[in-house]
Amino acid sequence: MTPVISGAADTAVGRLDGSGCMALHAEAASAALADAGLRADEVDGVLCAYSLAEPHLMLSSVFNEYFGIAPSYSAAVQAGGATACALVMQAAALVRAGICRNVLAVCADNRLTGLGRNGAVAALAEVGHPQFERPYGMSIPAAYALVARRCMHERGVTAEHLAAISVTQRGHARRHPKAQARDPLTMEQALSARMIADPLRLFDCCLVSDGGAALVISAADAAADHTDRAVSILGYGQMNTHEHAFAMPSLTDFGCRQSAAQAFAMAGLTPADIDVAEIYDSFTITLLAELESIGFFPKGEAGPAILDGALELDGILPCNTHGGLLSYGHSGAAGGMFHIVEAVRQLRGEAEARQVAGAETAFVHGDGGILSAHCSLILGRA
Amino acid sequence: MTATDPSPMKPVPLVTADTRAFWDACAEGALTFQRCAACGHVQFPPRPFCTECRAAGPGMERSAGLGTIHSFTIVHRAPTAAFKADTPYVLALVDFDEGFRLMVNLRGGPPSDARIGLRVRVLFEPLAGGGALPQVRPLVE
Ligand SMILES: [Zn+2]
Repeated sequence: MTPVISGAADTAVGRLDGSGCMALHAEAASAALADAGLRADEVDGVLCAYSLAEPHLMLSSVFNEYFGIAPSYSAAVQAGGATACALVMQAAALVRAGICRNVLAVCADNRLTGLGRNGAVAALAEVGHPQFERPYGMSIPAAYALVARRCMHERGVTAEHLAAISVTQRGHARRHPKAQARDPLTMEQALSARMIADPLRLFDCCLVSDGGAALVISAADAAADHTDRAVSILGYGQMNTHEHAFAMPSLTDFGCRQSAAQAFAMAGLTPADIDVAEIYDSFTITLLAELESIGFFPKGEAGPAILDGALELDGILPCNTHGGLLSYGHSGAAGGMFHIVEAVRQLRGEAEARQVAGAETAFVHGDGGILSAHCSLILGRA
Repeated sequence: MTATDPSPMKPVPLVTADTRAFWDACAEGALTFQRCAACGHVQFPPRPFCTECRAAGPGMERSAGLGTIHSFTIVHRAPTAAFKADTPYVLALVDFDEGFRLMVNLRGGPPSDARIGLRVRVLFEPLAGGGALPQVRPLVE
């Protein structure tokens, strides 16, 4: 059975005082089911991620109980920022195998109000190795700064290249009424912001947010009974090369190369065929390194191209059109799912002021850990 | 710090059966790594098999303690309160000459001394509960 994305939705994002982790899951799930034209009892598969604010060994079971459903298949997946894309890949496999007809994939966390910014930074630092990283004061920004410094050394990446990413994405976020960070941002502001982990400054780092998002992945014939807005899943792929920063095989070339190559081969497309890209941007360097590893730009050429406007809505590769994790919002696995929801909206022509004209193909990528776990999707207008 | 505001503890290495010999060696001032007798593969951290050929029991060898900075960052925003007083501090990935990589802090000079390619030598900093943490300082020939 051919899998399609039949429904997509997200909650508000940002500081959502009084929000609860499960309530955000349920709100996103209800909205995605409504978007797909499905009742909750038509869901026969549920995939969840994880929560820092409300950790649980079996988050999908907790969600099912809270939401009041009893799906025949259910599992929680933890692959950091790659989780949302991995959920779509797994849901597509379940549909292809005939195990499920309608899989609900839902991610949410209330990390900003549930943990606070300091709490979230400290909780995330625990992904560091308990013997060989955490005693040295590694933070997630510091780990990505190691990548940034090496990319500067080997590839000629500059602070201006990185700042141009945050400025471009802020411009996109300003066209999205729900984006968390919508104040104007100039190159000068980005380049003079306080240093977090040299060479990464404040605006090189993603936001901390509350929020949730959900998708419904259905068999094409099941979706056809309920909606005419389904989006095709043309290709997907994964690559997992390491977990910890000190074990990175390379600081300039990452597993997104292989995950994207699998997805492009499955779709029968090349990077030149992509109309809009929604690529994980936990830090500015994350996006820049991935653009070059995936093959959207030759090595050393992404930065100058971005300065030239390549990622603008009318550029050669409109990218992170909602503002990404840097300006739209980042609430754990839902952060990666916001990229997918945005891709769906672009392909349906529902992206309003930030619509990329004639968008028919979208590339979406998620990475988790320190560029450790990679999952790529290629979606198409049905 | 006052009595009601105790200095927060830095995380100490959580030693496991795999790594006890490594940390015992650090306490004696020796940096060690593993080399597989079957295929020659060098690996870190220690574990009871070779990740290349899967042979059991790679041997432990002593490193000369000399290496090169592969990349570094100067941390201005500490991950937790325990590291706040140390900022700005250098976090670096160091490639030791025998072919293994460690994350360490660069000691023995201002953070602005850090650069890719800098030659460094291991040193050992005592840990509060006993044992020692390997760090590096610039190698002065
Ligand atoms: Zn071996």
